[in-house]
Amino acid sequence: MQPLNLLLLTMLLAAVAYVLGYARSRTLAMPLGGVRHLKSLPGYYGVRAAIWCGVPALVILGLWAAFEGKMIQSIVVGTLPDTMIPDTAGEASLLMSKIGNVANGSLPPDFVEEPVAKAAELLQALQVQSKIYMTGLVLAVALLAGFLGWVRIRPLLNAREQVEAVLRWFFFACAGVAVLTTVGIVFSVVFETIRFFEQVPFFEFFFGTSWSPQLALRTDQVGSEGAFGMIPLFTGTLLISFIAMLIAAPVGLLSAIYLSEYANKSVRSIVKPLLEMLAGIPTVVYGFFAALTVAPFISDLASAIGVEASSQSALAAGLVMGIMIIPFVSSLSDDVINAVPQTLRDGSLALGATQSETMKKVIFPAALPGIMGGLLLAVSRAIGETMIVVMAAGLAANLTANPLETVTTVTVQIVTLLVGDQEFDSAKTLAAFALGAMLFISTLLLNVIALKIVRKYREQYD
Amino acid sequence: MTDHTSQAELVRRSLKGRYRKERRFRAYGIVAIAIALTALVTLFTDIIGKGYTGFLKTTITLEVTMDPDLMYLDDPTDPKQVRMADFVAPLVAAVDRALPSATEDDQDALRRLINPYASSELRDALIENPEWMGTTRTMSFLAHSNVDVYVKHKGDAAYSIKLTDQQQAWVDDLRARELVETSFNDVFFTSGDSRDPAKAGVLGAIVGSLLTMIITLVLAFPIGVAAAIYLEEFAPRNKLTDFIEVNINNLAAVPSIIFGLLGLAIFINLFGMPRSVPMVGGLVLTLMTLPTIIISSRAAIKSVPPSVREAAEGIGASKMQVVLHHVLPLALPGMLTGSIIGMAQALGETAPLLLIGMVAFIVEIPEGFFDAATVLPVQVFLWAGSPELAFIERASAAIMVLLAFLMTMNALAIWLRKRLERRW
Repeated sequence: MQPLNLLLLTMLLAAVAYVLGYARSRTLAMPLGGVRHLKSLPGYYGVRAAIWCGVPALVILGLWAAFEGKMIQSIVVGTLPDTMIPDTAGEASLLMSKIGNVANGSLPPDFVEEPVAKAAELLQALQVQSKIYMTGLVLAVALLAGFLGWVRIRPLLNAREQVEAVLRWFFFACAGVAVLTTVGIVFSVVFETIRFFEQVPFFEFFFGTSWSPQLALRTDQVGSEGAFGMIPLFTGTLLISFIAMLIAAPVGLLSAIYLSEYANKSVRSIVKPLLEMLAGIPTVVYGFFAALTVAPFISDLASAIGVEASSQSALAAGLVMGIMIIPFVSSLSDDVINAVPQTLRDGSLALGATQSETMKKVIFPAALPGIMGGLLLAVSRAIGETMIVVMAAGLAANLTANPLETVTTVTVQIVTLLVGDQEFDSAKTLAAFALGAMLFISTLLLNVIALKIVRKYREQYD
Repeated sequence: MTDHTSQAELVRRSLKGRYRKERRFRAYGIVAIAIALTALVTLFTDIIGKGYTGFLKTTITLEVTMDPDLMYLDDPTDPKQVRMADFVAPLVAAVDRALPSATEDDQDALRRLINPYASSELRDALIENPEWMGTTRTMSFLAHSNVDVYVKHKGDAAYSIKLTDQQQAWVDDLRARELVETSFNDVFFTSGDSRDPAKAGVLGAIVGSLLTMIITLVLAFPIGVAAAIYLEEFAPRNKLTDFIEVNINNLAAVPSIIFGLLGLAIFINLFGMPRSVPMVGGLVLTLMTLPTIIISSRAAIKSVPPSVREAAEGIGASKMQVVLHHVLPLALPGMLTGSIIGMAQALGETAPLLLIGMVAFIVEIPEGFFDAATVLPVQVFLWAGSPELAFIERASAAIMVLLAFLMTMNALAIWLRKRLERRW
């Protein structure tokens, strides 16, 4: 049976267990003089039976479905003669797909070596067996545990407490998913990054000024290691983020000030949702706009005034990214400005200051740490932004500060290195994970610092 | 006491300048808002201007004679004959007849006015209606994508017209006789991706997005709500809870592409899940939207007044009963609103899906969670990267479809908030 059908069936069994548990608790309560004499309400006995029936079975099903593929694969590869055992991960996946193709019939068995054909037969047999065992095991566990849970219903059993304890554990586990995600991120980048540094020296990666992983394509080539210096990528990222912040910081900040201090209610109720609309537009749309409208416009404009500009200039990507970040900056600064106590405002106005003087000399200094925190968050957002730069910035890793030239960014390189077919051991693929690690660490640092500043500042006025 | 009057005098004299500064400052704010709104308007007009023609298709109406000799086909019910038959010849002959100025030597040029898929349309029609053999019928076919571009963008310098002068004259002629027409592009909404822009559609991507979103919703909403309940109602104030909270706040700000790396390393490489499938895409987007859902659900739980809790506790409800029977139903509208906004984010997300291989060229409409698929934003990305302007037009049209979905979701969220949220 397919895992999805099995899942539905198990849930059905659990529902049956609920009904049976409910009924049993009522029958047990009858001779005692009614439901009042049960320790918990009948529904809790039902839920308890359903948990007994469903949870262990679902856990087994989940584990089985998760590890089935890998287990079968290792058994199949184990039967191959030593000479055919693949050396690299790339060869292994090639071999496995060959075996898989023979097994599902898209490749006739006569076309491949005999051990492969045998392995394919084994694979097919194992897949069928695994399905049977899984179905049997899951159903047996569901029925047995469900029966146990049902039999052990007693009027004095505190079913509610047990059900609530299970629920509490479930809630806790769900909260733990966030931690698991972080752990998953760290693990997924750390191992590959370590393997990357086994192939490429630490020093070269951090201080090298040339980046050309494409060279690593052919192993017999001179300089086949490629060049993995991340300085040009980092400067490219910073250049684009800088341009973006140059747009987003003043525009976002000033519009937030205007909206919170000057605009009347009706203007605010129109302009604010419109600004928020900018935040809701998917980044791929901004990328489309940057690559097909802004970039050609900039290069035409530049050639009209006699300057040479690349058709994938950093300026285009930065400008559009700036537009994307405006609502982010404005809503964060809006929060911060509104958090400044009204008494400060009133005090300043009472002394005869104009609104702009109050803003510039009283509120802004008071709100400055919060605004700085917000801007740092915006920078981290700009550094991690992917689609705009993938579509509008180039691939050439130029070490330049000229916004009219092409630069590339960390995220662009990650995407370029990992999209399409990849071999898992090459420095090229591993480099993407190393870059991912750098990106994760730098945005994490920015976020931690920014959140700390914002929080500290909020406490000050709360 | 002269300084008293002189100070008042000083202030009065400075007033003019100060008011000027005030006005200038106010103008800065207006300019900033104007810049942002101009950007928004430019973005929309640009995309609509580039893409509205994507919702139009060009068809060519022909009097097709289904001549058995010309097609080498007597019996359309015989699959063997159908495989060998020529379905292009009757179409070319029909175009030839429609254009008196065309000669024998123009066969190739004539053929390039009709879409390459028109012959299979004719084949399918014949298989369905075998009695049409030998008759002449008026039928509409998709025009060639070059004709499509010519008809829609004649005189637009950005588009390169790939028709010869003669072909252009023919198309003009056919257009004048209303044999070549543009109409609503139903193909765009009923087919998957294609190498031929005239045949390319978003249905595959929409279905792929839908499948991915189902996974995300089914996983992210319950997990997010449960996590929020735990953190708001049950978590003890200790280091572990603090750690979980810090984690969630940081995850909300982790760049989305990092989640793609996670999906690639954990789901695909470690668990051996297939690439390019909605299942993995949904899992990755679940992890990505979870922080958003948790944070908004916590806010919703927080907004339920303590009096409700106290009243429930007062009549003997357990902590869990208070939460499940009273707090959760009251907080649900807020949670739903937050979740819809999170789902809208996930629907527009592209970067992590690129890394798990959902960028393949896929013609078939996906049918399940483990079929290779792509999603709407990735489809936009794929088409936007094409050198052919006809695909750029499709990309713009696809963006409009995507934005329509997003706006519907956001409108739904706003409506829900207005309709269900209670003010205490």
